[in-house]
This record gives sequence, C-alpha cells and structure tokens, in this order.
Amino acid sequence: MSEAAAKKFMLVNRRAPYGTIYALESLEVVLIAAAFDQQIALAFMDDGVYQLRKGQKPKGIETKNFSPTFRALEDYDVDQLYAERESLSARGLSAEDLLVPVTVLSHEDLGALIEQQDVVLSF
Amino acid sequence: MLNIVNKSPLERSSLESCLRVARGGALLLIEDAVYAACRGHASARAIVDAMQRMKVYVLQPDLEARGVDGLVVDGVTAVDYGGFVDLVVEHSRTHSWL
Repeated sequence: MSEAAAKKFMLVNRRAPYGTIYALESLEVVLIAAAFDQQIALAFMDDGVYQLRKGQKPKGIETKNFSPTFRALEDYDVDQLYAERESLSARGLSAEDLLVPVTVLSHEDLGALIEQQDVVLSF
Repeated sequence: MLNIVNKSPLERSSLESCLRVARGGALLLIEDAVYAACRGHASARAIVDAMQRMKVYVLQPDLEARGVDGLVVDGVTAVDYGGFVDLVVEHSRTHSWL
C-alpha cells in the first residue's frame, strides 16, 4: 500500500478489559490496521482507561492477559496513545498508574483530535 | 463528523460520553437512544444544550416503533432511513458510539 493511501485511524476504547470482548477485539483491529501500514491512534476514555492499568493478573479468571500487547505496539509503529483526563480522575487514576506512556488530554482536546481523523471506530 | 448513538442514556453512558467529547457536526439518535430526544426525559436538557453546537437528528421509524413519535423536543429533526443515508453521505465520516 502506498504512503498516499494511508488513512488516519482512531480507535476510541471505552470499555473495561475483561467484562466484555470489546477491548481485545479493538486490539485485534489495531494490529490488523497496523499490518496494512495505516496511521493509528488509540484513545482511552470512560472505563476504557482501565485497559491500561498496571498490574493486570487475569490468570485467576482463566483469561489471557493481553495488557502486555499495549507495550509492544511501538514495534508496530503505533505510538499515539491518548487518555481523557476526566475519565482518569473519575477512577482515581493518573498517568503513572498506566502500563504505557500516554498523552493525557482534556475532553475538548480529545474531541478536536477525533475531528482530525479519517476513520473513527468506537469500542 | 456524524455521531451516532444507539443506546438508552439511562442504561449506558454512550450519549453522555459523545456529548462530552464531540465538538460539533451532527448527532443522530437511533434505536433506544431515541428516548433521549423526548420531552420530559432526563436527557432532554442535554439534547437541547447540544443543539447549540451540533445538529441533532432522530430516526423516525425508531420513534414510531416505541410510540414516542409525538414527543420529540423542538429543534430535533426526525429523519427516515433515506435521511439516515443522506446524513452519512453528507458528513463523509461517522463515529458510532457503540
């Protein structure tokens, strides 16, 4: 695929990691889109910020721990990660509680960033 | 950007999240989200506020199915399925707040 054909994708992750399959499916879409050399940004808001919580140990619920995948995203040239400040603070979280570096944005700035995308997928 | 919401705002937070983040463009309420645009609903105030910065549409067949087609707040535009398609074409990008 040529450089000119690359689109700006943003995946907006809004659900906690283990209660539903959404978070894992979103990550699958990220890896697929990255394989096709698309420009990908990930946004985390609402309970989606819990996907990035450090120290996830889902062994006891017989579920794969996919959180280390977020740390591998750099290898796929996916390095734009954003979290909404209001969602973090409502859950008592700050950037230091997250397993990867993210850019923390206000809801206004996140909204502006969403407007700059070619494709927006909400999970 | 055409923002589409399909869940009741009293069951899920997707409408609230959409209204917090979306900067402008349009909002289309479909399926159980149509209740939000009805007079007397707890979310009607938020819809009226949203109309200051975005156009708000609601899907008529979903209103009719639920028996609330006479209750839509002033300023919200009801569209049929053809109108839904027109909105998608007009805006070129959509964000479905699943």
